[in-house]
Amino acid sequence: MILVKNIEKKFGKHHVLKNISLDIQQGKITAIVGPNGSGKTTIIKSILGLVKPDSGDILINGRTILGDHLYRKNIGYMPQTASFPENLTVKEVIKMIADLRNQSLDINPNLIEILNLIPEMDKQIKNLSGGNKQKLSACIALIFNPSIIILDEPTAGLDPVASSNFKQRILEERMIGKTIILTSHIMNEIEELADNILFLIDGKIVFDGEVKDLIQSSGESKLEKAIANMITENTNGTYN
Amino acid sequence: MALIIKIIKFELSNTFRSKWIIVYSVFFLLLTFLLFNFEGDSNKAALSLMNIILIVIPLVSVIFGTMYVYNSIDYIQMVLCQPINRKSLFIGLYLGNSIPLASGFLTGTFLGVILSGFSIIGFKSIITLLVIGFALTFIFTSIAFLIAIRFSDKARGLGIVIVIWLMLSVIYDGIVLFVIYYFREYPIENIILSISLLNPIDLARIFFILDFNVSALMGYTGALFSKFFGSSLGIVISLAMMSLWLAAPMLFGLKSFYKKDF
Repeated sequence: MILVKNIEKKFGKHHVLKNISLDIQQGKITAIVGPNGSGKTTIIKSILGLVKPDSGDILINGRTILGDHLYRKNIGYMPQTASFPENLTVKEVIKMIADLRNQSLDINPNLIEILNLIPEMDKQIKNLSGGNKQKLSACIALIFNPSIIILDEPTAGLDPVASSNFKQRILEERMIGKTIILTSHIMNEIEELADNILFLIDGKIVFDGEVKDLIQSSGESKLEKAIANMITENTNGTYN
Repeated sequence: MALIIKIIKFELSNTFRSKWIIVYSVFFLLLTFLLFNFEGDSNKAALSLMNIILIVIPLVSVIFGTMYVYNSIDYIQMVLCQPINRKSLFIGLYLGNSIPLASGFLTGTFLGVILSGFSIIGFKSIITLLVIGFALTFIFTSIAFLIAIRFSDKARGLGIVIVIWLMLSVIYDGIVLFVIYYFREYPIENIILSISLLNPIDLARIFFILDFNVSALMGYTGALFSKFFGSSLGIVISLAMMSLWLAAPMLFGLKSFYKKDF
């Protein structure tokens, strides 16, 4: 589905991605985890075309995405921090994205309901709380029914009801065959949602496989402990 | 093209709802009205207005354009995750920023002239003033976009645009005067002309001087331009150089935007 082949990326002297190769399977939820600055967001941004790798290739359904932009019609993205034009209303922002994507708005209407966005629809973005901006961002990621959904810290900032509803929605999207990539620092959430896990440290993959295999191989009962052990082992105890 | 128009449409509906565009417009309205009502000689009032335009518009355009890019990085990322190409987004954002600024200036100044009595300086001179303000807005917004895209650090980017503004609006004239004074024994008219062509603010000034036929009031470069090119050719040359000033930063900005990692 998504094939990343030997990508390298440097920002100045900082070598962020070191010969990364991975195969993200269709119909699965893949979590990308790792300490801060390990390259999680850079991988996501490379798949989205926001960051251009120095070398290597990224293929979606067998076609390279480098230099293309139309492939993004099949991708819904929820960034870590959402930002929209301050003076537009929620309704206008959703309409704007629909207009830019050339897609109709009635594809996935009940999303607005489950995220409890209906009372916010006529408010200007500058009058929205941070949580409601995140809800809008979540709504935009899913509303156009994309086959690939990329979520960067999706539940950070969402209230418990919206967070629970949204997680349920993510699982439903997987059930219908969507490919989902997410990052999160909440290990319980990853245990709850993800099938596969990609563990990065310092721009290198140290584990790529199923969540249950990672837990089993560590001899721990919880993912959080397994991840903590793995970070300590791979950084020789230098990570605090 | 349809995509660029869509982006401009959303940018305009966002920007025209903010208060600063009204403040900017009212500033030019009051300025124009007061200058033409309190200065007995309308030609002098037009020159004073021109000199203020040459300082204010570049400064506002560079600061607004730079701040816009830095404050909108998350928004730009969000739009870039949609199936649109970078070129359309860049042009859409650039025009979506320049058009409200230029419109604010045009509306304020035009209303100020009408309120002062339309015939005071004549239709042609008003159009010249408006064209200059319009062109400077687009030129300095493109410089702001270029710098803000090239430099990720906000403080550094803002510092650079302010230095560029200071250089082109104040220091440049000092350098020209220094060259004239230091090399006064030599025939340096052509050098001075070439130097003037390299500064968009000087070009705007020359364009106005030639069109307004007041080169004697505006110093050395204006007189030189009149002498060398005559009014018509001078206007064509200054317009051509201003177009180059408009195109070059925009093309470099587009190139940087295309390569940039967000």
